Amino acid sequence: MTDESRAEKFLELFNKSREFTEELLRENERLRRELGALEEQTRDYATRYTEIEQQNNNLASLYVASYQLHSTLDFREVINVVQEIIRDLIGAKAYALLLCDEGTNMLQTVACDGEDLMPGVEKISVRVGEGVIGEVAKRGETYYLARDDENAKPSLQRPLAAVPLKIKEKVIGVIAIYKLLVQKPAFTAVDYELFALLAAHAATAIFSAKLYSQSERKLNTIQSFLDLLTTSQ
Amino acid sequence: MFGPSARFLIVEDSPTMRQMISFSLKRFHNVQIIEAVDGLDALRKLAGPEKIDLILTDINMPVMDGLKLVSMVRQNASLRDIPIIIITTEGAEEDRERGLALGANAYIAKPIQSSHLIRTISELLATA
Repeated sequence: MTDESRAEKFLELFNKSREFTEELLRENERLRRELGALEEQTRDYATRYTEIEQQNNNLASLYVASYQLHSTLDFREVINVVQEIIRDLIGAKAYALLLCDEGTNMLQTVACDGEDLMPGVEKISVRVGEGVIGEVAKRGETYYLARDDENAKPSLQRPLAAVPLKIKEKVIGVIAIYKLLVQKPAFTAVDYELFALLAAHAATAIFSAKLYSQSERKLNTIQSFLDLLTTSQ
Repeated sequence: MFGPSARFLIVEDSPTMRQMISFSLKRFHNVQIIEAVDGLDALRKLAGPEKIDLILTDINMPVMDGLKLVSMVRQNASLRDIPIIIITTEGAEEDRERGLALGANAYIAKPIQSSHLIRTISELLATA
């Protein structure tokens, strides 16, 4: 074989090898893009999984809150459940549950927590329409301090959040939240859902329990009266 | 992950939280849930014939609080190896340290996230 033909052979081999390398590089690039797309898809699945987990958690909170609120007709027990939801599911450290007296049109504390953090929370008395809490009762719209002023500190008159307890358009009370637990920096998405649930379900649960205790009392009075009549005959 | 024979004891005075924890656990795993309303009630249930695999306890409870329960379980030769998770509103670092120093294996501050609770339990039982 001459030097010339050997060079041609080498060139031919070199060209084949270059083509093969180029093909490998193209394949490599295609696989790299595919891997990138798969990684993107995995990230997307992970995000969706986290979102679904969060959603499940939120639904569990809402289910439990709703279930517990309607699990009893005892007024005190209903109030306890509302407190448990505010403290354990929302994570409030200082709060007040105020109910409206229809006769006097005054909102008064019936249950609270965090008297040491917000002195006076145990004896709030506000006229409907007066101040932040009174306005919430009058308008029937939830109030958030952060929407008013991001840097404002809560006070007895200006809570972090004030949620009206409504039966249709009638407001029977207000939940005022003053301070969250140390591990809870701010309200989360599920808290707003819980507020909406409390606004409607806590109101009907409290109202039903009140009606039930009133009817129980009336029934007892009538029964006593009937007993008196039958024994005197 | 947990067999159907696993028994978890939830010690919590709030029915809402008992249901929330119980619901979170049942949603993911087939475990038997036993409930106690305070520390003393929990000790009664622990003295029963059924073996408990995990205790999830609140701190602030009437009659006997969760810290006292943790300390009593750790002092009892037949109960001391049961993993304990404290679930409480007391989220300050010193509260966490106190709970863990008494012998709790994990400390979760309320409000709970189901996924976090499940992850903590899985890790705990995997190392137990």
